[in-house]
Amino acid sequence: MRRVGFAVITALLLSGTAYAQEKIKVGVTATLEGTYTVLGEDGMRGHVTALNVLGKKIGDKELEFVVASTDATPDSAVRAVRKLIEQDKVQILLSPLSGDEGIAVKNFAKTHPELTFVNAASGAQETTYVDPAPNFFRFNMDGAQWQVGLGKYAFETKGYRKIATVGEDYSFIYTQVFGLALEFCGLGGKITSRQWVPLGTKDFASVIAALPDDVDAIYLGLGGADAVNFLNQYQQAGGKAHLMGGSIMIDQTILSSKGNAKNALIGTIAASGQADTWEDPRWQKFVKAYQDSFPPEKRFPSPSLLATNYYGSTMALILALREVNGDLSDNQSKLKAALAKIEIDAPNGKIKLDANRQAIGTNFVTEVVDDGKGALFSKVVKVIPDVNQTLGYDAAVFSKIGLPSRTVPECKKY
Amino acid sequence: MSRFIERHPIWSLVILLAIALLAWLIIAVWPPGLEEAIGRKKVFLSAVFNGITLGGLYFLVASGFTLIFGLMRNVNLAHGSLYLFGGYVGYAISAATGSWILAFIAAFIVVAAIGILLQLLVFRRMEGQDLRQTMVTIGLSIVFADLMLWAFGGDFYQIQTPAWLIGPVQLPLITAMKSSGEAVFLQYPMVRLVIFCASVVIGVVMWLALNRTRVGMIVRAGVDDREILAATGVQIQLVFVLVFALGAGLAGIAGVVGGTFQSISPGEDTRFLLASLVVVIVGGMGSIPGAALGAVIIGLAEQLGSVYIPTYAIVVTFLIMVLVLAVRPQGLLARR
Repeated sequence: MRRVGFAVITALLLSGTAYAQEKIKVGVTATLEGTYTVLGEDGMRGHVTALNVLGKKIGDKELEFVVASTDATPDSAVRAVRKLIEQDKVQILLSPLSGDEGIAVKNFAKTHPELTFVNAASGAQETTYVDPAPNFFRFNMDGAQWQVGLGKYAFETKGYRKIATVGEDYSFIYTQVFGLALEFCGLGGKITSRQWVPLGTKDFASVIAALPDDVDAIYLGLGGADAVNFLNQYQQAGGKAHLMGGSIMIDQTILSSKGNAKNALIGTIAASGQADTWEDPRWQKFVKAYQDSFPPEKRFPSPSLLATNYYGSTMALILALREVNGDLSDNQSKLKAALAKIEIDAPNGKIKLDANRQAIGTNFVTEVVDDGKGALFSKVVKVIPDVNQTLGYDAAVFSKIGLPSRTVPECKKY
Repeated sequence: MSRFIERHPIWSLVILLAIALLAWLIIAVWPPGLEEAIGRKKVFLSAVFNGITLGGLYFLVASGFTLIFGLMRNVNLAHGSLYLFGGYVGYAISAATGSWILAFIAAFIVVAAIGILLQLLVFRRMEGQDLRQTMVTIGLSIVFADLMLWAFGGDFYQIQTPAWLIGPVQLPLITAMKSSGEAVFLQYPMVRLVIFCASVVIGVVMWLALNRTRVGMIVRAGVDDREILAATGVQIQLVFVLVFALGAGLAGIAGVVGGTFQSISPGEDTRFLLASLVVVIVGGMGSIPGAALGAVIIGLAEQLGSVYIPTYAIVVTFLIMVLVLAVRPQGLLARR
């Protein structure tokens, strides 16, 4: 049904440009299949909201969007991007959504240095930290930046000393656990076990049974269908531990899921690039725009992190294009220069890029609350501005830690 | 059984020892050395139980598949779509009425009706043409998958577990001893036990129906020699339709089960088709006890694999299939 909805939106966008006018073609990818379907759908809602707010006009030109679907695997993302470039002849890419996809698309971007790639929402550290592509721009923070503040809050305010983690086995969650571990272990906390499950796991019963009993909290780095499956089976197994959540775990994609298994998340602490109940007028305006763009049954009560990211990246692209008046000559060099130095006033705080074209932005520590009517929201506990990719560490120290993986970083003070 | 022991004395001993070891691992309190070597007993016990209960779900899907194949020599590659559709029907009914039991009944009836239509409109027209049937069912599964994506979207659905099934029960199996000498018993999700018991009941009823009733006799005769059976005056086409309806209905029930303790979404159809193919290849095409054995083996392999060798868990299932194909290509419990 929703897929049809997007097709209609795309068709509308196409028909809107029917009269003679120069067009700028932009390819968009989102995970509209597989485990992360719900995330991709809400990402596209954020994208459409941005178009509603900002419009599609670039001077006397008009933006035209072509949407392609992926399933969170790197090869599906490269296939979609290749199709958009070769078949649909797009000039600019707004892609991709998920961590592993991001690393693959960044590498692919190097084979098309003449085009511009604006990351839509992916958050693996490697994408912009290791051998970044000069034509790849990321206006959202990475998974580690999105965990800043959580370790400290868990250790100092909640008094957690020993935790265990369960996460999906791929780059974005590695990056999230990386960010959590650096801060939590740096303060003296211990991570006693790290379990990794394949993306798309259905049966979590054995994983749940293997959770240690002697920890203060369990950190969940899951998303989409995996998170809902986990919570459902966690409820069936009678799980009662304190929980901590990653950025796509404590998110409207999960907090608005059907059924009552999500109630296990009430009181869970998390950190992310946004907080549902933030008072800031920019955020409130965005939430209103998102709600006005779709009927209540076709959206979440409040935008998810994916919607916010797609909104932010679409906004950055449109503003940069307007700055250069849609000039894509000379291998889009003017656009690239504009993107590199633009500073956007995104719904979730000011965002600017560093030398690797990676976002420096604001992070939020949150706690899940029930609004009294059965809907769950993430409530702001702490706002941390100006979080950079090295998480405040000296670049030389940071590079010694190693790349996020199943076992990196070690649980110690760096 | 006794003939097997006479013919393969060494294998019998190995199997017996393995069963004894497993029984000891399940019942005994583990000595500290063992816990250090392979982890806590609770984890092992849960993995074993999860494997067996997951096997129950696989059995529900695979038994219909193998029944249809056994009688009609028809590899129905749209079986996974029937599973997924059953799950969606179950979700719609349980969301509308709030009744879990009703979801099962509705899923069985609706999916069985689709099975009847498939048999009458598609398979009957190409009886005995294996390749054509296979190609047509692949095509149908793709069409069904897209139709369901259109109707239900890419969202994942979860069928609400009834309140009386939520939460764990305590099983009389000791997982550890506290320092005070008090025993700690295994806590296990109620819903999985109930689903497992239900699949055992269905399996036993099916076996009894096949081996103890007149209809079962006709079906078995049909498996052996369709032409002769038809020549004796049995309405073989009617039997085909009934068996197809039953097989499809079981897939529909399995969809509701899968939607309750996992979730249903696009892609589940191929996952369960693949699972049931592996199960019947391991167990033996066309054999109900074979499907049961295969389902438990694959379920155990998946769950124990995901706990003890998480990185290679997916490979284990296929390794077992390759092993069976190499050593006993007709499947473990096939008749010939």
